[in-house]
Amino acid sequence: MADPMRIRAKAEGDKATVRVLMSHEMESGQRKDSAGKLIPAWHINEVTASHNGKIVMTAEWGPAVSKNPFLQFNVKGAKAGDKVAITWKDNKGDSRTDEATVS
Amino acid sequence: MQTRRETLKHSAIVAGLLATTGLFPQYALAYNKTAFEAKAVADVLKALGAGAPVESKDVTIGGPDIAENGAVVPLTASTALPGVKHILLLVEKNPAALVALFNVTDSVEANFATRSKMGQSSDVYAVAIMNDGKALFAKKEVKVTLGGCGG
Repeated sequence: MADPMRIRAKAEGDKATVRVLMSHEMESGQRKDSAGKLIPAWHINEVTASHNGKIVMTAEWGPAVSKNPFLQFNVKGAKAGDKVAITWKDNKGDSRTDEATVS
Repeated sequence: MQTRRETLKHSAIVAGLLATTGLFPQYALAYNKTAFEAKAVADVLKALGAGAPVESKDVTIGGPDIAENGAVVPLTASTALPGVKHILLLVEKNPAALVALFNVTDSVEANFATRSKMGQSSDVYAVAIMNDGKALFAKKEVKVTLGGCGG
């Protein structure tokens, strides 16, 4: 199981800014190891964000997103105390969900 | 501590919820492999079924003028226009142009920030695909002093 994400969600006016730091290798599939063999791509390809259980955003990522990906977005109508959950899935089928409370 | 049974029950509920929303047909679709393997910006848009892109002042791309480290280039893409379906981030000269695709709903602003790898200095694009299939873009040149794709 991968390491937990760090999620910060802060309410500002009628929206909340959500910042997520995921822990993932994000291997591009372009690099070669010391023996000259291509290292297979290993990256997050699906990200889902939900606000109080309702999906508000989904994303598809390629291998060009940086290692330990950062993501920031704004959820409309979110206020302090609301729950924001983020799920990612990688191309090896691993996945992880973490939840945070809007402050 | 959650028991295995509870965890299973929760996953089943979540899966059920996802299946019933119906609002997010893209969730059921497989990962859009063609778009992510396309090399050129135009091919990516074609794979996503978008029209010919038009440069627009209503779409903004944010990023550094010079990135010291191509492995971590902070990029932002946003638009204030209503009726946006997807926001894409593309790096023209990467082995595959498409970096990330965000599916926008009414509950989020069309404003995303993430970090991308860049193999070399290149134009970066933010593309907004509207509900009617129109594609609006903004571009910016980012110079990279140390590439982040090879190694």
